Amino acid sequence: MAAMNTAVQTLPVPAAEARPHPPGDLAIWVFILAELGAFGLLFITYGFARMSHAALFDQMQQTLNRDAGALNTVLLVTASWCVARAVASIRNNASAASARWLLAGMLCGGGFLAVKMFEYAEKFSQGVNLDTNLFYMFYLILTFFHFMHVILGMGILGYVWLKTRRGGYSAADHNGMETGASYWHMVDLVWIVLFPLVYVMR
Amino acid sequence: MNTLPTQSNFSLDLVWAALLLGTAYTWWLGDSGQAGPRAVMAILAIAGVKGALVIREFMALRGVRLRWQATVLGWLAVVLAINLAAYWKGL
Repeated sequence: MAAMNTAVQTLPVPAAEARPHPPGDLAIWVFILAELGAFGLLFITYGFARMSHAALFDQMQQTLNRDAGALNTVLLVTASWCVARAVASIRNNASAASARWLLAGMLCGGGFLAVKMFEYAEKFSQGVNLDTNLFYMFYLILTFFHFMHVILGMGILGYVWLKTRRGGYSAADHNGMETGASYWHMVDLVWIVLFPLVYVMR
Repeated sequence: MNTLPTQSNFSLDLVWAALLLGTAYTWWLGDSGQAGPRAVMAILAIAGVKGALVIREFMALRGVRLRWQATVLGWLAVVLAINLAAYWKGL
């Protein structure tokens, strides 16, 4: 009996098999990787430009509204968390809760856009534009490119929210929600890199 | 049919709390005027941890085939490493 127990205890535990594909449609992942590639090139170019003009970048960074950048980071990571909770809810067949989480995520996304527009209004009123200097050229290109992605992400979340409210997703069928969620998390991921690079490190 | 493992709400909440904590610390580093290589390494390391949490837990790449995780985590590592190297070279 003792020998049998030992044999049972030493049996190898089979490892959970890795899933072949990430959540959502494969097509959205091709799109996500392309977007990450574009943002990656911009971030790397920013790094090299900063290398050659460190004093200018440090000086100009002090003119940014770091509090607004941090608030926007809080809003985006919170939006991402809400969307992750929405997916977790639909996996439990809780459509109403899932829709509420999606709405909360969209409100946070809307908050991000509002704060960013406030920031842009402040900068434009000071006469800042693409020709101001190299730092502001990168600031405007990087943040506006990201801003457009947030708008697209909001549109996708809006569609997913409406479909969720109508009961269009379930625990057995929510690939569409995972597709939208994956895109939204990419938008969050890019900002998580953008904020420290542009607003903080010097 | 859904074959994805259900992430617990608690683990998602913990990730969110960690992301907020990392954001607050990054903001503090900037607001208190921290500059130089040590501060930059800390700032980029925090960004790396936050990004990895989003990739693995929110994007749910944990448990997906390694090449998918490696591709997205690799993107994050390359972007941060090149920016750190460029910062160092620009000193």
